[in-house]
Amino acid sequence: MNLVDILFYIFAIVTLVSAGITVYSRNIIYSAFSLLFTFCGVAGIYVLLNADFIAVAQILIYVGGILMLLVFGVMLTHKVINVEIKTGILNIIPGSMITAIVGGTLCGIFMSTDWLIIEGVPPIKSTTNEIGTMFMTKYLLPFEIASVVLLVALIGAAYIARRDKTSKQSV
Amino acid sequence: MQVGLTHYLFLSGILFAMGLYGVITRRNAILVLMGIELILNAANINFIAFSRYGGMQIDGQMIAVFVMILAAAEVAIALAIVLNIYKQFRTVNVDEINKLKE
Repeated sequence: MNLVDILFYIFAIVTLVSAGITVYSRNIIYSAFSLLFTFCGVAGIYVLLNADFIAVAQILIYVGGILMLLVFGVMLTHKVINVEIKTGILNIIPGSMITAIVGGTLCGIFMSTDWLIIEGVPPIKSTTNEIGTMFMTKYLLPFEIASVVLLVALIGAAYIARRDKTSKQSV
Repeated sequence: MQVGLTHYLFLSGILFAMGLYGVITRRNAILVLMGIELILNAANINFIAFSRYGGMQIDGQMIAVFVMILAAAEVAIALAIVLNIYKQFRTVNVDEINKLKE
């Protein structure tokens, strides 16, 4: 068992345990903060898979952006004065059954399929250069469309979140 | 046992199942969003694992970048909608929001 394997198991355990806390914890704040460790663990998994740019983007976008938005959402939709922000759960039995069926099916497929693993491909030294080139050549149209989608989504989100009853009547 | 493609696929499968459990069972809309983020992360691990072991080189990582972009857009829109729902109903529990119009 070499170093990479040990690192994989460490990152996998961090990811799965904190994802479990995220899903099972009754306190929303605990869920939000354990989601931080989930994202960091997934970033470590990306590093092990030779995806350094994606790992850094994961930290920046998920931890810096999405998690902050989620925490703001928690703060804005609860009375923060009572620190205990609990949440209920429902559909435990059908939820567990569906989860077990889907997870078991996925893992069974992953086990039984004979994946085509191409050995001997030399790992890319730094993916950032390669990704930048691909953005400007092969993926130019999706890249531009993604930028427009992001712009429209953010403007739309700001508009939807700001609209209140008085401005609705004036419109 | 040498860590290979199957290990990463197992990790993403379990992460997906956990996210699905969160989406189904939690009452709070923001926790449902967190479950969706877990599902998207599981999909991203799959893309990057296949890009590493399947000889796709960089294409899988490009898809992962686009998934991240769409996840950011999705969570911004979803939180705006959740804030609006909270303004209307004073709750974000998904089982209590059962009217289209007040």
